[in-house]
Amino acid sequence: MSQSLAEKFYFYMKLGRELEIRAKEEYTKGNIGGFLHLDIGQEAVSVGAVFGFGKGDLFCPYREHVLALARGMDPKLIMAELFGKITGVSKGKGGSMHLYEPKLDFYGGNAIVGAHLPHAVGAAYARKYMGEKAGVLAIFGDGATNGGSFFESINLAVVWEVPVLFLCENNFYAIGTRIDRVSAFRDIYLKAKDYMPALQVDGMDVFAVYEAVVNAKKYLEDYGKPYFIEAITYRYEGHSMADKGDYRSPREIETFRKKDPIENLKNKAMQMGWLTPEQIRMMDEKIAQIIEEAVEFALNSPEPDLEELYKDIYCGVCADVIP
Amino acid sequence: MLYRDAINLALDHAMQVDPRVIILGEDVGFYGGNYKVTDGLFAKYGEKRVIDTPIAENSIVGTAIGMAMMGLRPVAEIMTANFSMLAMDQIVNNMAKLRYMSGGKIALPMVVRMPQGVGRQLAAQHSQSLEHMFASIPGLYVFCSSDATGAYHTTLYAIRLDDPVILLEHVLLYPMDFEFYKVENFDPFKARILREGKDITVVSYLKMVHDVLRACENLEKDGISCEVIELISLRPIDFETIYSSVKKTKRLVVVYEAPKSFGLGAEISARVCEEMFYFLDAPPLRIAGEEVPIPYNRKLELSAIPTQESIYRQMLSWGKGHGL
Ligand SMILES: Cc1ncc(C[n+]2csc(CCOP(=O)(O)OP(=O)(O)O)c2C)c(N)n1
Repeated sequence: MSQSLAEKFYFYMKLGRELEIRAKEEYTKGNIGGFLHLDIGQEAVSVGAVFGFGKGDLFCPYREHVLALARGMDPKLIMAELFGKITGVSKGKGGSMHLYEPKLDFYGGNAIVGAHLPHAVGAAYARKYMGEKAGVLAIFGDGATNGGSFFESINLAVVWEVPVLFLCENNFYAIGTRIDRVSAFRDIYLKAKDYMPALQVDGMDVFAVYEAVVNAKKYLEDYGKPYFIEAITYRYEGHSMADKGDYRSPREIETFRKKDPIENLKNKAMQMGWLTPEQIRMMDEKIAQIIEEAVEFALNSPEPDLEELYKDIYCGVCADVIP
Repeated sequence: MLYRDAINLALDHAMQVDPRVIILGEDVGFYGGNYKVTDGLFAKYGEKRVIDTPIAENSIVGTAIGMAMMGLRPVAEIMTANFSMLAMDQIVNNMAKLRYMSGGKIALPMVVRMPQGVGRQLAAQHSQSLEHMFASIPGLYVFCSSDATGAYHTTLYAIRLDDPVILLEHVLLYPMDFEFYKVENFDPFKARILREGKDITVVSYLKMVHDVLRACENLEKDGISCEVIELISLRPIDFETIYSSVKKTKRLVVVYEAPKSFGLGAEISARVCEEMFYFLDAPPLRIAGEEVPIPYNRKLELSAIPTQESIYRQMLSWGKGHGL
């Protein structure tokens, strides 16, 4: 079990990291524009959470490349979206912060801090209403937990008794402001503890995140009620490409780099005999090839036609359900 | 039939034929709605379909968005447009844009209903017309109507649409009684010609329509014949109907309750000037609210917005000054 998990975790965390390292490079070349928020350092949370959750709807913040990958979105479609091409998952109209694929139960990608939290609660309500019980995973940063949407959403999820897993990626910073300078609580899970089961996990350890989420998912399915997890993690890069991240000391960054989730997993997997160096080398090669193909696909894809400007604003059809 | 009852009838009908239609908002359920628009629906359809929410406007719209994404057809009520300001992020940044940002992958078959306008001495925070805010946002449809028949059909149509709709009502319309009839193939995108005339095209919507109609009856006695057009859709606006009327009358007046600046009058008269300048015998006139927050005092309140009397007076003197 741990062996196949280790392989899957390594593959997707590494794929995520390599895709983002390449995206960073393409950004500096001018192939990618706008805001680009990288997950580098936080991959264990994204990958552990998506695989731990399994079936169910995902609502994510703007830092969502790795979440989309782990949910099965084609790296080509992601890269093409970053390049703003018509072949991108959102036809080049969304960009980095707006990846959506309802077929994968993947609902963004939202660039307004905390705005997707009520969406997740409404989605969980709808699914439950329709007799499904898989539940909804809502992922957000520490910065989102001081806003009204957050408190409104945890309140509603409890009142409506809907299965939402609130997963906070606490990387201590909201852009350049350290969370404890603007938040009355250091331990974010305490904000939810009086409402629902709430706990903290090591977000640099993919197995810890995975196990916590698996347990939470079981709770959602058994009780149909919400659950809260705070994952302690760290981003190595700045908030976005526009930010050097130099409000943090090199020592602080180094402390977390030593707990690098991918290196940790690799070492543990080799020690335990789950993965051989040869297997890892082969995965790395495959990943490099996938990234190469994704960039090639994005580069060679056409720009949207100018008529695209006017498309997808309205469906323009009337449902024929109500006479 | 009362205006509020017509909306109730439409909601009831929609809920009866389609289990995906659900209602949510403050006091909409057990209490029956602050303006009694949802009265009786809670008893009939239960608390899972007529949901009482906390006072959290941002989340009323936000959760409705999540429900719509999953294929329900929520009708959210914001108690009054004044409180929709707290939901503006969900309305403007999310409801209007998710379809576009997802390259057409997300559909939001949802409605947000709210009353607006100046009631009776409710003071500034409860007396606003905010249609220009919603109507300025691509991605939304904005509908409203002035009578029970219109309200019934517009509400049903909005629920049937797979796109997000803002439905504006007016607090003073709810208790008004109207003759009610059903219309085949109702089309909210088509403006209604309520009165034919040859001298002035008057464009209005919501409650002002009634003041306009009465003012125009009086103008008739002065020998001025007005064509009155009611807009049902404020986004998009049916300019074709306006243009063809202006071609005939050569004069345009727009009447609305919101402050004059930046309102629908600015938009409509600018478009008519752009498209029909050489047809016009007079510069367009806007009869609209004063540039003030609405005061509590009844006399001041009435002088802050157009009334039947002020519409008549302004149109008469403007008409006289422009060749009528
Ligand atoms: C409502 C809102 N206010 C401000 C911003 C600008 N902004 C974008 S990301 C961000 C910081 C969010 O930090 P956090 O939630 O901790 O997420 P992280 O970026 O650390 O993953 C801010 C202030 C925004 N997008 N939305």
